[in-house]
Amino acid sequence: MSATTYDAGLPQRRARGHEYNPASLVFLAALWLSLALGIVFLLTLIVTTAIDGAGRFDSELLTNYDSTLFPETAGLRAAFFGSLWLMLGTALMAVPMGIAAAVYLEEFADSTRWYNRLIEVNLQNLAAVPSVIYGMLAVAVAGLLGSATTNIVIVGSLALALLILPVIIISTREAVRAVPRDIREGSLALGATPLQTTWKQVLPSAIPGISTGTILALSRAIGEAAPLLLLGVGTILFTPNGFLSGFQAMPVQIYGWTSESQDEYKVAAAAGIILLMAMVLLLNGVAIFIRNRFQRRW
Amino acid sequence: MLGILRLSAMTSVLITVGIIIALLRPAIDFFREVPLLDFLTGTSWRPNLEPMSFGVLPLVAGTGMTTLVGLMIAVPFGLGAAMYLSEYASTSTRRRLKPTLELLAGVPSVVYGFFALQFITPTVLTGWFGLQVGFTNALAAGIVLGVMIIPTIASLSEDAMSAVPHALRQGSLAMGANRMQTTLRVVVPAAISGISAAIVLGLSRAVGETMIVALASGGRPNLTVDPREGMQTMTGFIAQTAGGENPVGSVSYNTLFAVGLLLFAITLLINILSIRLVRRFREVY
Repeated sequence: MSATTYDAGLPQRRARGHEYNPASLVFLAALWLSLALGIVFLLTLIVTTAIDGAGRFDSELLTNYDSTLFPETAGLRAAFFGSLWLMLGTALMAVPMGIAAAVYLEEFADSTRWYNRLIEVNLQNLAAVPSVIYGMLAVAVAGLLGSATTNIVIVGSLALALLILPVIIISTREAVRAVPRDIREGSLALGATPLQTTWKQVLPSAIPGISTGTILALSRAIGEAAPLLLLGVGTILFTPNGFLSGFQAMPVQIYGWTSESQDEYKVAAAAGIILLMAMVLLLNGVAIFIRNRFQRRW
Repeated sequence: MLGILRLSAMTSVLITVGIIIALLRPAIDFFREVPLLDFLTGTSWRPNLEPMSFGVLPLVAGTGMTTLVGLMIAVPFGLGAAMYLSEYASTSTRRRLKPTLELLAGVPSVVYGFFALQFITPTVLTGWFGLQVGFTNALAAGIVLGVMIIPTIASLSEDAMSAVPHALRQGSLAMGANRMQTTLRVVVPAAISGISAAIVLGLSRAVGETMIVALASGGRPNLTVDPREGMQTMTGFIAQTAGGENPVGSVSYNTLFAVGLLLFAITLLINILSIRLVRRFREVY
């Protein structure tokens, strides 16, 4: 019995020996290393920053405002609430428009028309435009609307909304495209109009995919500092309380503190990073949870 | 209703038109005072100190250096990770590892900038490798930039490699090639269109990334080939200058938009190149 197993195993072992010659092993090790590098880097980043900032990661961080006199107790209350308002404004602007555009392109657009092809090419280009450019666009739009002050929540939200709009459109299109034709045809066969079919059948089926893409886009927006710098966002000593309020944002606050020379600010920046990373990871976690839990495989 | 939907889709075109107008108007004012040729070929960038000069090449060199270092990290490691995920990993391993790797792309760039300044330069470059580097230097910024774009390159290349039909692999294995040979000589060449598009997209991310270079690559324009020195980049200049006082219409304000326009033009060219690459080498199975 054991002899036959041995005999049967022999040719297979030879084949495996060919698979595991020195060159192949070195190659496989190199691939492992490539994958490990990114993951080790991410862990190192999280651990070292957490150690740097642990001393300042307390309630003062959220109750105090930024301070030029007392770096050891400087807080990011204004930046935290500023970022929350910013996210609300960004979501209100980008999500409905992104979904509407994606639904049009996927369900109604005739892709042989020149203007629809223009939109396609344009979306690809927009997704590659550097984020800092969107700050310049928001300044120009604010100027056009007659607002000389650009460091208010609504202008910041506009910059971030324009930035993530292509991302939301692209991910929503994928979610809508994944809904099988049968569902649409069944709905149409029962007498529903194309708009009713989209609204009552296609969109509800695509909600998990759309939410995953939207949350990931918002998690990108919450960490963006570059476009906000163009708006002249800086230190404020009050809590932002509306869309027309002045604001500070978490990533801009962290940038400001990191650029300071005193070590106390570096510690405060690290503490701010812990909070920002927690928010980003939470959003990513929610997105992955929705994808795994609710996404239907057709 | 359909009209509203179409209007939303048209907004994306409006955004592009808006960007071009927003950049062109102040930039044209700028080029009234500074000839275009002096801007593009000048080797000295002194926008706010007398005597002023507006040669953008030092900033372009900074962007080029950080991007080059970034790609030297991101291309080999990104492709390595993609080959492992596509050709070696089991489905369940891939399902767990890919989102983890993509988290790297979700880390805010200002966090990467902090990490480059506080860990990569003092601990890794000076401590482990004993390099003589400045407090801010293009090398640390480029390395972190590279790690940031690994997921972009890995994820898109993995998609391209996974799309290669199994029949090609089976043919190769049946001829006696092992997995390494199959990966390198059959799968990668078959997926080259997607892989090159992934690399070009990574390139345009690296050129446009702002916060890492604003924090870690330095604030001094420096036309050099030594990445151990601090080099200001185009995006770094914009971020660092935008923080200060720039009254609308002033030269320093217009300078921001002139550099922004150049940056936009460069990323647009890279993107057109990427779309062409995909069309040219696309293999249809």
